[in-house]
Amino acid sequence: MKRHILAAALLGLGLATQAGAVEYARFQPEQSRVEFTSKQMGVAVDGRFRKFDVQLAFDPAKPTAASARIDIALASIDAGSKDADDEVAGKQWFDLKAFPTASFVATGVKALGGDRYEAVGKISIKGRTQDAVLPFTVKHDGRLATFDGSLVVKRLDFAVGEGAWADVGTVANEVQVKFRIVAAAR
Amino acid sequence: MTPDNDRYTHTAVALHWLMAVLLVGLFAVGLYMTGLKLSPQKLQIYSWHKWAGVTLFLLALARLAWRLGHRPPAPPATMPRWQHVAAEGTHHLLYVLMLAIPLTGWLMSSAKGFQTVWFGVLPLPDLLAKDEALGELLAGAHKALNLGLAALVLGHVGAALKHHFIDRDGVLARMLPFLRSH
Ligand code: HEM
Ligand code: HEM
Repeated sequence: MKRHILAAALLGLGLATQAGAVEYARFQPEQSRVEFTSKQMGVAVDGRFRKFDVQLAFDPAKPTAASARIDIALASIDAGSKDADDEVAGKQWFDLKAFPTASFVATGVKALGGDRYEAVGKISIKGRTQDAVLPFTVKHDGRLATFDGSLVVKRLDFAVGEGAWADVGTVANEVQVKFRIVAAAR
Repeated sequence: MTPDNDRYTHTAVALHWLMAVLLVGLFAVGLYMTGLKLSPQKLQIYSWHKWAGVTLFLLALARLAWRLGHRPPAPPATMPRWQHVAAEGTHHLLYVLMLAIPLTGWLMSSAKGFQTVWFGVLPLPDLLAKDEALGELLAGAHKALNLGLAALVLGHVGAALKHHFIDRDGVLARMLPFLRSH
């Protein structure tokens, strides 16, 4: 019994001394979310992606050295209704057959003070790539880190919603994308 | 028969015909739009349907409020009692449907996750959280109530025409003043 307590204490100490140098790099898909809100006829409609993969390495002591890449399986979309899910798979929207994934690749991270950061990088959707700035916050406890952020993506920059759908009076150009990524310490 | 109670007020007549036209239009639009393939036009028509439906709901409330203060005329003395009862029952049921149909529409929209924003300006609260199965159920209820309304209106119109052409008792003229001979 005493030995166990001692072992636990040592382990705790070990973790505590490491706390300055943890790197969060193990993606926890069950606790992570990628959601979006579009506006249809002026009405906010919520959606999400069920499947996405994240590769990241974030050390709170060296945030500018962080790296991140998010790949979203577009076929896993929940666009609010079955009809919409079928529609956005087509050529005028995501053209899933040709472009099954969308990605964000960070090329640099800036610390904005406190728990606020900004990832600069590139978004690729439907074969088009655009620069993007992704503000986010981080909360971490030595074991898990939670990254929360959101940005506005202009769908027409990526030719998402062509033809009749290009009319932004019906479906707005701006799509608010929100994500919560949870990663465990390495 | 007192002179001011042998006819509907101008307001009641105006609301009756305005709502009759809107209801028939909205019914047709409803049937048409559900068959469309998803397109911007479909989203637009759905929104218009919802806006007009909410408008009808408010008109129905206004009409009922007006009716409280301005009772409908008594039936013609020649009308058999069963007809009076049937007419009154039908009218009450029509009012119930004029409220229940938009209510199910509103609740259905919430359950399907598409909030109703009246004319794109005034958001109606979502009384139900998103729930696909419930949405389908309410869509079924909306449709069933609409079919009930259609059947009832057919009976209502048939009765009005019978009164006019067969009974010739002036009932239609109470609601269609230009038919009155004075
Ligand atoms: C008195 C007013 C209304 C009338 C007469 C009416 C009539 C109809 C009819 C006939 C349909 C077609 C049903 C079908 O074939 O499935 C329909 C569908 C629909 N109505 Fe209404 N409606 C009214 C009010 C509303 C309101 C206020 C809303 C929402 C705020 C609404 C939302 C809808 C929706 C979303 C559908 C499509 C259901 C689906 O896609 O399955 N309606 N309506
Ligand atoms: C969607 C269509 C319609 C609806 C929902 C509707 C509804 C109603 C309601 C609720 C009343 C009772 C008014 C009250 O006592 O407060 C009424 C009365 C009446 N409606 Fe309609 N109506 C419709 C179409 C028509 C049409 C097309 C006709 C004529 C062909 C008609 C003829 C009449 C007449 C004559 C009365 C007066 C009955 C009486 O004096 O007792 N209605 N209607």
